[in-house]
Amino acid sequence: MQASTITKTKQNSWGGGGAKPLDAGYGKLMMWFFIVSDALTFSGFLVSYGFSRFKNIDSWPIADEVFTHFPFLHGIDAPMYYVALMTFVLIFSSVTMVLAVDAGHNNDKNRVAFYMLLTIIGGAIFVGSQAWEWKNFIKGEYGAVEIQNGEILQFYNLEESKRIPIDEFAYSSQQDRVTHDDNVGIWYESEYKLPEITLDEVMTGFNNDLALTVRLEALDDRGQKIILSREEAEIKMSSATRVVKGANLIRNEYGNPLFADFFFFITGFHGFHVFSGVVINIIIFINVLLGTYEKRGHYDMVEKVGLYWHFVDLVWVFVFTFFYLV
Amino acid sequence: MAGHNHKLEIFRGRLKFKSNVQKIWGVLVFLSIITIVEVALGIIKPEILLNYFLGIKLINWIFIILTIVKAYYITWDFMHVRDEKPFLKNTIVLPLLILIPFLLFILLYEGSYIFNIMFDGLKAWNFDIY
Repeated sequence: MQASTITKTKQNSWGGGGAKPLDAGYGKLMMWFFIVSDALTFSGFLVSYGFSRFKNIDSWPIADEVFTHFPFLHGIDAPMYYVALMTFVLIFSSVTMVLAVDAGHNNDKNRVAFYMLLTIIGGAIFVGSQAWEWKNFIKGEYGAVEIQNGEILQFYNLEESKRIPIDEFAYSSQQDRVTHDDNVGIWYESEYKLPEITLDEVMTGFNNDLALTVRLEALDDRGQKIILSREEAEIKMSSATRVVKGANLIRNEYGNPLFADFFFFITGFHGFHVFSGVVINIIIFINVLLGTYEKRGHYDMVEKVGLYWHFVDLVWVFVFTFFYLV
Repeated sequence: MAGHNHKLEIFRGRLKFKSNVQKIWGVLVFLSIITIVEVALGIIKPEILLNYFLGIKLINWIFIILTIVKAYYITWDFMHVRDEKPFLKNTIVLPLLILIPFLLFILLYEGSYIFNIMFDGLKAWNFDIY
């Protein structure tokens, strides 16, 4: 063993034989490779969403009709405004992150901490908004009926030319049918939670009010949902099997089950990224306050976390486009 | 890593900022304008943009292009790819640039193929009462 062959390498950058072809720190490089692979994961999800959409191109739900809520504006149709606001929040938190990185380059501890804090707040607002979106999506607004072939029928008032929620026309009857749990009966079988409005009530209400008709999942040439005449609607309604309110992984009132599945999966996966980003940001924020990076002499960790945070923003830009706009 | 040299011009040198912080705010303004345009288009939905071009509505082409522009400025200016060496730039961008369009092409093509099969090939898959 020759003791004199120990070569001195700079710890911070990958040597690359002195040429430094990439000229980036190890951690930053690995963060980039992670981001590239994660970007491919998200593109896989979004492309499979595109696949399902192209497969059902004539009957996909219209996003403008689904995401219409805005906080404190009840009953007002506000398509996309809230998601646009969420986009701004996330882009703005990206800006504060990049300002933190910039302050880190100048070794300005207080400014780094301040901007990190703003970034964390922005991220938390975004995750909260996402949860609120989920709540509205799961709860549903109008309700619908599923028929024998799995199609979803939404209700429409021909006189007022607008959609009508099922609880507005359903004939309310006193009934004591309760959810069948697995602790009663012999076979330990349970059923799904009963809807608040039964199919019979909806059917009675539908038959009583002749102004009502249904909208199909199918789209016409202009991309609008097809509205049937009263006679056609009655034929369709005769094969109704259940009332659908809101959304779950099996069926939803908006139309194709895949729409809700992809919504939950893609925004959920993205929301999880934002959540973990906030957690990592908090850890780095605490480290900044403790002066870890000041002692170290550089704020590279802030830069690496910043890369992840910007990536989360980047993914949202695509999710926003393909879920809400296109 | 001392001595950070930021490239301070965007739009191919047409707009040059005095400092990095100024550039960040400038990019934010630009990204906000794009988002506002997107949302405005999505709400107004001009009739003329609802025509189809290469199988996709014109308005959706605009959305997709604006999204890619946004993605470019987020990676180039917020993630500092503009300041990186060409090798690192290519390491990051080329795999995505090659794989994503490939994935898009095969899956979207397959999706519309299955749609056509369902639409005019098989009728028995739909057990409707008609």
